Amino acid sequence: MTTSLNRDANLVEDVGFAEPPPKLAHYTWLQSAWRELRRAPLTARFGLIVILLYILTALFAPLIAPYPETEIVGGAYEGWGKQFILGTDQLGRDMLSRLIYGARNTIGIAFVTTMLAFLLGGALGILASVLRGWVDEVLGRFVDVLMAIPQLIFALVLLSIVGTSVVNLVLIIAVLDSTRVFRLSRAVAVNVAVMDFVEAARLQGEKLGWIMSREILPNILPPLVAEFGLRFCFVFLTVSALSFLGVGMQPPTADWGSMVRENATLITYGDITPLLPAGAIALLTVAVNFVVDWFLHKTSGLRNEP
Amino acid sequence: MSLSKQAVDRRSSTPGALLEILGLRIEGQSDEAWHEIVKGVDLTLRRGEVLGLIGESGAGKSTIGLAAMGYARPGCRITAGSIRFDSVNLADVSEAERRKICGARIAYVAQSAAASFNPAHRIIDQYVEAPLQHGVMGKAEAKRTAVDLFRRLRLPDAEHIGFRYPHQVSGGQLQRAMTAMAMACRPDLIIFDEPTTALDVTTQIEVLAAIKDIVHQFNTAAIYITHDLAVVAQMADRVMVLRYGELVEEAPTGVMLTKPQHAYTKSLWAVRSLRKEEEEPGEGALLSVHGVNAGYRAAVKVLQDISIEVPRGRTVAVVGESGSGKSTLARVITGLLPPLKGQIVFDGKPLPPALKGRSKDMLRRLQMIYQSPDTALNPRRRVRDILGRPLQLHSGLTGKARERRIVELLEMIELDQHFIDRLPGELSGGQKQRICIARAVAVEPELIICDEVTSALDQIIAEGILKLLLRLQKELNVSYLYITHDLATVKAIADWIVVMRDGRIVQQGAKGQVLTPPHHPYTDLLLSSVPEMATGWLDNLMAERAARKAQQLLKSADQ
Repeated sequence: MTTSLNRDANLVEDVGFAEPPPKLAHYTWLQSAWRELRRAPLTARFGLIVILLYILTALFAPLIAPYPETEIVGGAYEGWGKQFILGTDQLGRDMLSRLIYGARNTIGIAFVTTMLAFLLGGALGILASVLRGWVDEVLGRFVDVLMAIPQLIFALVLLSIVGTSVVNLVLIIAVLDSTRVFRLSRAVAVNVAVMDFVEAARLQGEKLGWIMSREILPNILPPLVAEFGLRFCFVFLTVSALSFLGVGMQPPTADWGSMVRENATLITYGDITPLLPAGAIALLTVAVNFVVDWFLHKTSGLRNEP
Repeated sequence: MSLSKQAVDRRSSTPGALLEILGLRIEGQSDEAWHEIVKGVDLTLRRGEVLGLIGESGAGKSTIGLAAMGYARPGCRITAGSIRFDSVNLADVSEAERRKICGARIAYVAQSAAASFNPAHRIIDQYVEAPLQHGVMGKAEAKRTAVDLFRRLRLPDAEHIGFRYPHQVSGGQLQRAMTAMAMACRPDLIIFDEPTTALDVTTQIEVLAAIKDIVHQFNTAAIYITHDLAVVAQMADRVMVLRYGELVEEAPTGVMLTKPQHAYTKSLWAVRSLRKEEEEPGEGALLSVHGVNAGYRAAVKVLQDISIEVPRGRTVAVVGESGSGKSTLARVITGLLPPLKGQIVFDGKPLPPALKGRSKDMLRRLQMIYQSPDTALNPRRRVRDILGRPLQLHSGLTGKARERRIVELLEMIELDQHFIDRLPGELSGGQKQRICIARAVAVEPELIICDEVTSALDQIIAEGILKLLLRLQKELNVSYLYITHDLATVKAIADWIVVMRDGRIVQQGAKGQVLTPPHHPYTDLLLSSVPEMATGWLDNLMAERAARKAQQLLKSADQ
């Protein structure tokens, strides 16, 4: 700190009456992240902890789960008890183990899908904002057409045409979801693309790829990261919904959406077991939203007015 | 807190003071810590007096201006001191009470009228809001007084201009409408926060004259905040010079102009005297523009028949008001806007009209520096990358050699080598502009287009930038095409002057020739509109112009 003050003092002599030396505090990325975290509101901390737990569960599913994912270990619809903590499903598979493996499948697929959607939508969005003109026009109208068709129905139709497989599922949802990413990234990138530093880069002879990835992308990252959280929730819900409808993940793979459907009849007997996977979905969605809210608040520079 | 208040109370108020600020301390929050930005300032203002607050940005002048209304910006807090307005301490009373006291009696005129008006409502509707809300007068009466004020402020078509929307009047008119709005409740005190900084010189003096007149007519006290000394010389009875949130010097305007005491004040005064000796045109033209027409759509011609020459190692200044097409000229030369007609020749070879057609070496030889260093530097890239990238791209430098060259460049622009790791957000305005200059000279260009490079900076910082540009020209024999609306910088830097208006060249010639009479009428208007550092200058000028107009009227009557 003192050295930085000294060098500013030298500068003042050179420039004449320059501004007072700015006080600089350089933190490493980790330090500032920790600093932010300590001051995060309760909801954000809760969200972070929940997400962390989900991720750990997904990563270490084989270690945590008492039984294998697809093996029939008992009778159908056994109640909660010592042997099967949350009972068994309609075929006699352990409910708790399937819940744990379900985290792995559902979250994993949702994450991959969201990544794909962002790669596609983000790249095209920035491209449209830089090139404008007919590229922007064509991409924009094409996205309008895609968005005009209800997403779930469109996905259902496409899946029934090309057949249900995990790859198809991921690709179709990614493409459909990338439309919204496209809109967002184009909207924020347009404001950056008109800045002088982008023009300066063009005058230096920089290529399109450089301008997109180095000049524009870093400046629109905060809203994109926030959107990533929200999109992840939606993708996750879509996957679950499609699985519930029977065109998503196929048995015997454990998936929260299909688990709700398969055991739905239990509800009529007053058993809340089918609500557990639904609850798992809800909890994660809420947690992600808490974190995204906090992040958006931080990056958009809003102040907490008393 | 209570102790300091007692102390303040004992220093009882000056009789007859309308506003008395004692020991004002204000803190601002940045980076989770509170820093003092106003450090114990005293200020007294009598009825009908105009006080000028001057200083560079960051001197705390706007903060003090707002504090005079008992208000602190979000992220700021008043920690000590009293603000006595007509014997009520505004620092003590609640928000609601303050609004009751100040609402009708203190008004504020912001720097950018365009940003302060609501674009969705007509001017008159926004005008009547304050008088209605404070119960000063009814709607019909407010509208009547509005027309009167508009007329006094010399707005054209005073009866109807209020019924326009903010975007339908010019910037200077809007600033006057805002002054009328501030006057609506006949306040005792108006705070003007750099009301003319965003305006052209010719518009500026109209607004200044209008403001000066109306303040005198209503005997309103005013605090006039500006960084322009010549402006304050016209407007204020008394001047306070501020720096880093402290008072440097305070004196009546006449005394302050002729006998500044403090070294800092003297240095402020000295800025305007920077001059460059005019040099001979030198060896041949580096850039010549022949009969260029350009426009954004075929129908709208922004440039018409522009021909200029930039000799090697010399500076050509392009002067004009906003809308004169000078920035478009820069876009044409850089290839961002291909001309509709005409040719641009660079170093004896015709320059391809569009950016795409130009070779990498061509791009290297022609660099550009922008008006606003805030938007010209990518906020997410460090100085190392900002300067290193063009080096890598054009000179193929990498690793140690590149690093060495960056440090060399930093030395060239008088910055310490530690700046290499900083982000643009960690630099001051002047330092950012220096980095922009370094980026331009990094690849050893032959021509640099400077688009209003000092207009976003304070005078002292701007002087530093001009000196740097002059030095670099000597060292690197680079040519400048210097675009500006500010004639003071033209005097400081140019060898050759091109005066533009409405997309055409009005006059061009060597500096000495353009600046010595007889002038072209438009050049004369521009030159005479540059405020001078003498107290009576504005009054004299307005009287002179009025007399000339009367003469012309008489003449036409005779015929």
